[in-house]
Amino acid sequence: MGRLRSLLIPGVDKQLLVRDATKLMPDLARRRFIAGGASLGALTLLTGCDVSDSFSAESMLTRISKFNDGVQAAIFSPNTLAPTFPESAITKPFPFNAYYALDDAPTIDGKDWKLEVRGLVDNKKSWTLEELYQLPQVKQVTRHICVEGWSAIGSWTGVPLRDFLKLVGADVRAKYCWFQCADVDGYNSPLDMASALHPQTQMTFKFGDEILPRAYGYPMKIRVPTKLGFKNPKYVISMEVTNDYKGGYWEDMGYNSFSGS
Amino acid sequence: MSSLAVNDQPAAAATTTKVIQPAWVRIVHWINAVAMVLMIMSGWQIYNASPLFDFTFSKSITLGGWLGGALLWHFAAMWLLMVNGLVYLILGLVTGRFRKKLLPITPEGVIADTRAALTGKLSHADLTKYNYVQKLLYAGIIVVGILIVLSGLAIWKPVQLQYLTALFGGYEVARYVHFFCMAAIVGFLVVHVALALLVPKSLRAMIIGR
Repeated sequence: MGRLRSLLIPGVDKQLLVRDATKLMPDLARRRFIAGGASLGALTLLTGCDVSDSFSAESMLTRISKFNDGVQAAIFSPNTLAPTFPESAITKPFPFNAYYALDDAPTIDGKDWKLEVRGLVDNKKSWTLEELYQLPQVKQVTRHICVEGWSAIGSWTGVPLRDFLKLVGADVRAKYCWFQCADVDGYNSPLDMASALHPQTQMTFKFGDEILPRAYGYPMKIRVPTKLGFKNPKYVISMEVTNDYKGGYWEDMGYNSFSGS
Repeated sequence: MSSLAVNDQPAAAATTTKVIQPAWVRIVHWINAVAMVLMIMSGWQIYNASPLFDFTFSKSITLGGWLGGALLWHFAAMWLLMVNGLVYLILGLVTGRFRKKLLPITPEGVIADTRAALTGKLSHADLTKYNYVQKLLYAGIIVVGILIVLSGLAIWKPVQLQYLTALFGGYEVARYVHFFCMAAIVGFLVVHVALALLVPKSLRAMIIGR
């Protein structure tokens, strides 16, 4: 209990913390997932599908998830904006959520930090925080929806990612912007180019009009209101414009890669 | 014109060969049964990741093992549920089955048949005809089935389908609608399965048609 109490941070949802702690047990989960798959094998017998040795429910589910990526990309409208809300609707306190406790969140010195820009871009220069702060910023009050189901409304201010992509001469015909982060175990996540170019997709430097606090991703997060929360990486340290699917922290564990809202 | 010939058929033979559940009904029924069970069990696991109420579902009755696995199941089985459900709705409308089997539903009929059911006087002699309680429940569960799919789409795509989400009163309300539709379906399922077991010939009709 003492260990648990030491994890409690004011303004942080205790239940969410405990829940995230349970997520740190991938072994058991993995086994249960595959065990769940066995029953689908029985199901395919009933429906007369060919069951071969190479067939497993897990691979079939993965294939359907890829199919769902395509369906979602087709449904995605580049001009449909996520609903916005008045400031009075902002959720307070806004939850901290990660696969680790806030104590283990990256502590980044803004003076040393640089955003590395790689891949299919004309200008591969790294950007200091000060340089990024010079770029025109816009504010949005939108709903953040977690893959777990809960949602919260927040206020994020920053540079539209599409403006930055234009500035660095990115090849916007490339398939992905791939972000790497400073989180323990190296969080990363791919963002499809259509979503990266969406007018509300933002390199975020402020939450609620104040410099982004550590809990919410200091010094920079990518806010994508057309995606689930885990596709909104925090503590970003590099962006790569690429045609290769490089996977992501949660995507590799089975969360749907597109995960659009 | 040939009604004379039809009338000549012995009455007994006509009733024994009478199809109670046509093949298409049986096929979509059992596909729906599988899809519903997959959706409900994976849905419970998804619910557990962020419970709306002060309880969670036991892991022994959920599917997927963890949130990511459950989401894969849920978003795979949804295609089975939606496509099969659409086929059912279209065939139900164009064959006139809904109109013939489920309509009309009158309050007096429902009250009378509920009373008869509770006093053990409701007849199951003719399985091709639904009593008013059946009509109400079967029509009602179709509406709930449509609602659970629409509220699910509203939760899945609150930006792309934001007008649908708004129709449900927003993302958070749509989550509750989705949950209560599930509860209604589970409630229906309990009664439905119990009655099918109590009147085994109704179960037989849904398997072999007669």
